[in-house]
Amino acid sequence: MFLEQLINGITLGSIYAIVALGYTLVFGVLDIINMAHGEIFMFGAFIGMLIVTKLNAPLGVAFLGAILATAAMGYLLERFALRPLRGRAGAAHLAPLISTIGVSILLENTAHHIFGAGNQLFETPFAEIKYQVGTATVYLVQVIILAVSVLLMAGLSLWLGRTRAGKALRATAENLETAGLLGIDTQRIITATVVIASAMGGVAGVLVGLAFNYINNQMGLSMGLKGLAIIIFGGMGSVAGAMAGGLILGLSETFVVAYGSSGYRDAIAFITIIVVLLFKPQGLFGQSMPDTRR
Amino acid sequence: MEQAGKFPAFFVAVSAALVVALGAGVAEAATGKPVAAKIGVISIITGQGAGYGEAITNGLKLARDEVNAKGAVRIELVIEDSSGKQEQALAAGQKLINSAQVVAIIGPTLSTEMKVVGPEANASGVPIMGTSTTAQGITRIGKFVFRNSLPESQAIPASVGKAVKKYGIRKVALLYGNDDVFTKSGFDTMKKVSEDLKLNILTIETFQKGQADYKAQLTKIKSLSPDAVFCSALYEEGAVILSQARKMGIKVPFVGGNGFNSPKVIEIAKQAAEGLVVATPWFAEKDDPKVKAFVAKYAKAYGKKPDQFAAQAYDALYIMAEALRKAGKADRAALRDALAGVRNFNGVLGKFSFDAERDVEMEPNVLIIKGGKFQLFK
Repeated sequence: MFLEQLINGITLGSIYAIVALGYTLVFGVLDIINMAHGEIFMFGAFIGMLIVTKLNAPLGVAFLGAILATAAMGYLLERFALRPLRGRAGAAHLAPLISTIGVSILLENTAHHIFGAGNQLFETPFAEIKYQVGTATVYLVQVIILAVSVLLMAGLSLWLGRTRAGKALRATAENLETAGLLGIDTQRIITATVVIASAMGGVAGVLVGLAFNYINNQMGLSMGLKGLAIIIFGGMGSVAGAMAGGLILGLSETFVVAYGSSGYRDAIAFITIIVVLLFKPQGLFGQSMPDTRR
Repeated sequence: MEQAGKFPAFFVAVSAALVVALGAGVAEAATGKPVAAKIGVISIITGQGAGYGEAITNGLKLARDEVNAKGAVRIELVIEDSSGKQEQALAAGQKLINSAQVVAIIGPTLSTEMKVVGPEANASGVPIMGTSTTAQGITRIGKFVFRNSLPESQAIPASVGKAVKKYGIRKVALLYGNDDVFTKSGFDTMKKVSEDLKLNILTIETFQKGQADYKAQLTKIKSLSPDAVFCSALYEEGAVILSQARKMGIKVPFVGGNGFNSPKVIEIAKQAAEGLVVATPWFAEKDDPKVKAFVAKYAKAYGKKPDQFAAQAYDALYIMAEALRKAGKADRAALRDALAGVRNFNGVLGKFSFDAERDVEMEPNVLIIKGGKFQLFK
């Protein structure tokens, strides 16, 4: 049973991590929490589901479709809910946050209208491929989820640390005005960040559908809250922190159920977070505020 | 309940020391002047849970038209919206009691709403009947409070008992949603019944509403190899649990509470729903002319099959009509006494009686999902 539970925990943790990566990217640059991220993730899942079950298209097309749709949603979110508020005299610091909450409510209800309430089956033959490893059964989907999350994390770290665009993004994150004065097109950087983060949400949505076989229009909320907890736990704006935090939360939730009582599942997971934060208030990988956030 | 009810009804009423009122009533009914009564309805018409309100009011309207066509009683429904909120339900109740001057109230939909409207109606001496309130102790609010909705505490022992006997179940795993009053109380009953039947409870696992991943709990349950899983869940979560359990290779029977009793389980879980046992007051495929006629009429009027809530509301109005006919006049106190005397009423839910506490007394149907549909479990 240990091996199976370990696999369950890693799968859940990897999904948490991918969701959290989307939050952390936006927070790192814009200093706001994008409350609509969970709902964009949910839309990604539904679009993937529709492509697979209604069009009978291969999984690759589903991923592509979900990425395109959520990227477009990310663009619209930035263009209409965030940009008009940016740098506006009199706009409160929390205004963009509230604005994204509004978008999340809008998206959740739109999904309710289009896709209906309740669980929808996300069924692909791909999700049935499995291997026997010793006593445990490993699904190919579980391997892919872990691989995708590691690749995304590595890719993001490289992009941020080693490329010109990544450097520009970090400069923008540090100080919007100074970066602008130095010739960086901050508008473009911000838009790109929100679009990329949203597309990652879309990928996570399709993966969740593959892993659990069911999706519904409420899933954005619960996953979103977990994602939020993870970025605080891992360190706001930290890519490695999102990954580590996601895996720790996923594994601790699973093992509390396996060797303790499922009634304490969330309690133990969040007590762990509180204890870590008591000793390291900036989170696992977070750096104290005035320094760069990466 | 057409004509057959007349004689027993007469005797019950007499023994209830209502001779005077009854004399007048029978005379009135006999001369062809129907008992006219305004009945208030509190239901969820808007907001979350409006689906329940729709089913309930549809059932009531269908019953009203049929009752009025028969002529002995003439019912007018005054429908108010509660939005599923306590304060709005209370306001609706006060409006019905004081300004609309209804003779009785049917509703409200939720047990939490009944807990505020019930005492108000009881204090004003207005009979109130819940058609979907299944929490414990509802009718203990007072002697004007009735219900015809079967509580979980009666449904679950029936399904668990039958499954244990049929499959020779000795050791079980319990799984329930611990953040919902309904599934929690269903679990309490399951646990008690398991203990009464001296079953070996291997583990008790919980989950939360809207959870997507049940693999941790199910992996643990699988490793303990129980004879059956007793699962107190609403169908949304329940169907996903079933699906993930079957995929994981848990092949033992599942026994669920009433929350599991929905055709949606089959729609969501497909093949994985096979072998789920539930107990329910309402079974639409029952081989009974009364049930068939109701299902056909409902489907013709509203374009879909009646669910449990529609059926319970439909029967509730018939029970009201029956009591009104017995009381002989649209009087709140007389109607209460007549209602309290209802025994062996034959409705679409089966044979129904109020017990001494004005609570439900009936035999639930135990069903199993087989061949992609609910069938009687024998």
